[in-house]
Amino acid sequence: MTSHDTMPSRHDARDDDGTERPRRRRPRQTVGGALVALLAELLIIAGAGTGLYVVWTAWWTDVVAVNEQSKLVQTLDQPEPKKIVGTERRDAAPVLSEPPGLSTVFGTMQIPRFGSDYNRPIGEGTDREKVLNTIGLGHYQDTAMPGAEGNFAVAGHRVTYGKPLNQIADLKPGDPIVVRVTDAKTKFDVWYVYKVTDSQIVTPDHIETIAPVPNKPGVAPSAEDRWLTLTACHPMWSAAQRYIVHAKMDYWMQASDGTPKELTEAAK
Amino acid sequence: MIFPLVWRVLPGPTALKVLELLVLLVAIVFVLFTWVFPWIAADILPPPDGTVDSTPHP
Repeated sequence: MTSHDTMPSRHDARDDDGTERPRRRRPRQTVGGALVALLAELLIIAGAGTGLYVVWTAWWTDVVAVNEQSKLVQTLDQPEPKKIVGTERRDAAPVLSEPPGLSTVFGTMQIPRFGSDYNRPIGEGTDREKVLNTIGLGHYQDTAMPGAEGNFAVAGHRVTYGKPLNQIADLKPGDPIVVRVTDAKTKFDVWYVYKVTDSQIVTPDHIETIAPVPNKPGVAPSAEDRWLTLTACHPMWSAAQRYIVHAKMDYWMQASDGTPKELTEAAK
Repeated sequence: MIFPLVWRVLPGPTALKVLELLVLLVAIVFVLFTWVFPWIAADILPPPDGTVDSTPHP
């Protein structure tokens, strides 16, 4: 009750001089109060920074990488795909020798299941900074090249940095994966059409998934064993496991001869 | 503490202060996106890269 009695007098003082109120309030802030205010502000800044980091990883790295990757496809100087469907060939396929060193872009991958406009560059190696974060899809060094006996193994991000394998879990047996290997200098330009056979989820140490004959380490590949393997992280945003998709080569085709029907149909 | 200080340090009338504040925020976001976040992603919190290998993963 007595505290209320002081109110009117303060009220009078403010009426005399309008600037009195802010001047009177400031000294009331104690050291503890100031620290709490500072802590609150630092927490706001930390929260904003964390939020921005999420925006950066989930969105900005995609914006940058997708732009970069479509430019890399252009650098291959691939002629516009022919409008006609070419001859499907199942004899021994021409194979480009593996590029030396990291980050050479030697081809592109198209997966109609991921959309008819899905066309990503493939780079040599699986180095995170030099290949996966920039080029996107990375060819495991010393695994087979497309069309060769063995296993053409490719890694890619499932989230962030252009997320080339974001929809890997949507792939079903029979889905086509079309690889085009181009070397403008030697006029090498070949399509390889693989068909998905199976998928599996493993821990990251299961390197037998990319063995020349998948999951049969030590077995020499025969002429029938022309495999393609995609590896991406699983579950999304986690490094705990890997999502693996295997595909087997169906046929190959000279790009000068025509375009695989899987792509001309997807474009319609 | 920090926010009122920034507001007081910025020169000019209120409209100009708002403009300066916007420029400052854009500059901070640019520095974070260009240098700070790539460094954090590479050295502190590497995102999962989707490869299989025999070496143990961190």
